[in-house]
Amino acid sequence: MANPETKGRPDGAVPSIELRGISKSFGPVQANKDITLRVMPGTIHGIIGENGAGKSTLMSILYGFYKADAGEIIINRKPTTIPDSQAAIAAGIGMVFQHFKLVENFSVLENVILGAEDGGLLRPSLAKARKLLGELSKEYELNVDPDALIEDIGVGMQQRVEILKALYRHADILILDEPTGVLTPSEADHLFRILNGLKDEGKTIILITHKLREIMDITDTVSVMRRGEMTATVKTSETSPEQLAELMVGRKVLLRVEKRPAQPGAKVLEVENLRVIDEKKVERLKGVSFNVQAGEILGIAGVSGNGQSELLEVLGGYQSATGTVRVNGQDIDLTGRFSDGQSRRARGIAHVPEDRQREGLIMDFTAWENTAFGYHNDPKYSKGLLMDNDALRRDTEEKMQRFDVRPPNCWQPAKSFSGGNQQKIVLAREIERNPDLLLIGQPTRGVDIGAIEFIHQQIVALRDQGKAIVLVSVELEEILSLSDRIIVMFDGQIMGERLPDQTNEQELGLLMAGMKGQAA
Amino acid sequence: MDIFITILQILDSTLRLATPLLLACLAGLFSERAGIFDIGLEGKMLAAAFMSAAIAFVTGSAWIGLAAGIGASLVFSLIHGLASITFRGNQLISGVALNMLALGLTVLIAQGWFSQAGRTPTLIGDARFTSLTLPFAETLSVIPILGPIYKELISGHSILVYIAFLMVPVTWWVLYRTRFGLRLRAVGENPAAVDTAGISVIWLRYAAVMICGVLCGIAGTYLSTSIQAGFTDNMTANRGYIALAALIFAKWRPWYALGACLLFGFFFAIDNRFQNISLYAWLAIALLILIAALLFFAARKSRLDMFVLGTLGTISAAIAILIWTTNGLAGSVVIPGQLMQSLPYVLTVVILAGFVGKATPPKAGGEPYIKER
Repeated sequence: MANPETKGRPDGAVPSIELRGISKSFGPVQANKDITLRVMPGTIHGIIGENGAGKSTLMSILYGFYKADAGEIIINRKPTTIPDSQAAIAAGIGMVFQHFKLVENFSVLENVILGAEDGGLLRPSLAKARKLLGELSKEYELNVDPDALIEDIGVGMQQRVEILKALYRHADILILDEPTGVLTPSEADHLFRILNGLKDEGKTIILITHKLREIMDITDTVSVMRRGEMTATVKTSETSPEQLAELMVGRKVLLRVEKRPAQPGAKVLEVENLRVIDEKKVERLKGVSFNVQAGEILGIAGVSGNGQSELLEVLGGYQSATGTVRVNGQDIDLTGRFSDGQSRRARGIAHVPEDRQREGLIMDFTAWENTAFGYHNDPKYSKGLLMDNDALRRDTEEKMQRFDVRPPNCWQPAKSFSGGNQQKIVLAREIERNPDLLLIGQPTRGVDIGAIEFIHQQIVALRDQGKAIVLVSVELEEILSLSDRIIVMFDGQIMGERLPDQTNEQELGLLMAGMKGQAA
Repeated sequence: MDIFITILQILDSTLRLATPLLLACLAGLFSERAGIFDIGLEGKMLAAAFMSAAIAFVTGSAWIGLAAGIGASLVFSLIHGLASITFRGNQLISGVALNMLALGLTVLIAQGWFSQAGRTPTLIGDARFTSLTLPFAETLSVIPILGPIYKELISGHSILVYIAFLMVPVTWWVLYRTRFGLRLRAVGENPAAVDTAGISVIWLRYAAVMICGVLCGIAGTYLSTSIQAGFTDNMTANRGYIALAALIFAKWRPWYALGACLLFGFFFAIDNRFQNISLYAWLAIALLILIAALLFFAARKSRLDMFVLGTLGTISAAIAILIWTTNGLAGSVVIPGQLMQSLPYVLTVVILAGFVGKATPPKAGGEPYIKER
């Protein structure tokens, strides 16, 4: 038999992992269709695609969660079957999942050895792991405290523990699924340094993401998946974000938001000296003051956990605070009887919460039931003492059409929609109320590129109708492209205000890290 | 010296009454640490109590009875495992169903088998686990204080009592020092972590459920072949539920479980001995509980806290002894003993309400594991 692995490779190298004709169906849905992929050792290979494109299915097949219906997996020239995770580990595959698979109340060491212990007793394994962790942390900046409990360390370090777990099991092929979703920009940079170090050691790294920038920054080659198929594999140096986006979505996508200059009108929201002390007696907001005018998008940038969430909660009416907040010149109640979501809505404030799955929707309820939330007393939906569910469903269907929610079936529970479509349902509910002020948190977190474009257009369109918009996002790109004005929060305070065309990611990054001096 | 003997006898009775609680509590600990909530401890104990008594009577051997009791309990465990692990059913419902099944089935079979009003015949001789006398119990009993303690308290229990107390360090060692324990604890916290590490979640959980069955089997056997001589209708008398309460009280930890079971056993011992208790005795007991609680928390705090709490405990103890010795136990104001029986539940509610620390159950407890992408 000829050596197809080396065919057409000038350097004659053997792919460390090769997939041939992998297919997998779930009932009528074909999640993977005849996937062929080769990844060379010592490279970082990106796999990019929208949610539901089949990336996760493919990786689950590689890690033994699913069995492919057809196709071959060849690792280092050896055809391999992967019936379970144990086999994947034995084949040298290590996986860092998007949602970490760590035991929260175990120490770092215990998590590292779990499942890879040397014998019946723990002591020797723990000692060995401690020694190895010391070596690895020197070699690749994988510094972790071996005795810290997982629940006490940050997500960046938790992710390093996941990487250490894979390395402890002698993984040569490291697969990372959306690794930067939870990281700050500087943590992401740290991760990329680690990955580059591993690559230099000859490890093979597969990076699954939907973030184009990451692909451009760190990968050597990139494969694009769309609707279960591998549509292209290209060298990263020979492609562009625009081309990749087009390959992913299947049509041209606007990566920059097109918008006219803002035409700010009267002040809609005035916030003065807002303070929040949470139940642990920690001051979350330390005297925040700003205002937002009609027809303007105010972007609030910051690493998550620096007070933005509390700010949205106060304005949305479910966190009490001290200070003054005026909407259209009138004070709103921050602590008393009229400090709730209902009263806020009555004052023309609509809120798209940061965590749509917990605060924006009830995942087990249908789309039409979710559309009623906060507006169930609306006479439009009432029939005497009862609710007029038919009217509500008609209304929901109409909204779903207008916001291009797919599938446009109002009987489907919220949890069965993709992230982007869930967000569209929340957005439709809030925007369609014609609010004076829209609060919107992380509008595109976990949302596909195609849907991001649509959501951004909706936000800009609302601004152009003369509404005031407060946008909180941890994505700097989003802040920069959508906002008309940007304030940066750090440690419950406003570090500075910038105009998007007069600043850049570096400057905002420094402000987000609390460094005021250099940024000025 | 009377009071000393009384205290010794109460403590001796505490050990006996704590034994089935402790075994069941540790059984629950294994199961729940692996993520399988087991409300069916009661049913397993009852099934074991009946089967061990029946077989011990038929064969005349307590040891064969023990094996049969463990076997019966294991069958129940496996049904629970099948329902909650393999078929991913609701663990509480499965447990409750097994409890009801055991309650009815034991009496029914006993009636059909022995025709003695749902009881087994009285066990005699080798069909019972009798008290072991530890070496030198008589010789050493002349030593003041320590001698009687050795003879009355430590010596003279059935072997199952020693097994139960030995199980505490064994459980601790297995959980915290062995590979199996690490995996067991992990599977109750985050089964996905165990699964992705290439270990079978299903097998681990079955193993835990079976250990639970073995321990419940011993607990049930102890009830019918050691504390009593034969099976009677519903003889577990809610001990399975009290063991669950103790498990929560102990925050799912082996040594705390020992403390909780001894405390609850102490309540029962008091209740057994004094049907109605004078107000003064109540005061004394309340203070003793306070001491226990203080020591319980002192053990986890810094040195200064230990000092403060320890001092408070000592003062309480002094007051308690003073009250006890000056007033005796037959004062004029009498409070019904049922109050004592309710204390384990009251304390559990207090713990669950978060007044005394927080009881955090294993995170994945009660949830069947479904593999996801």
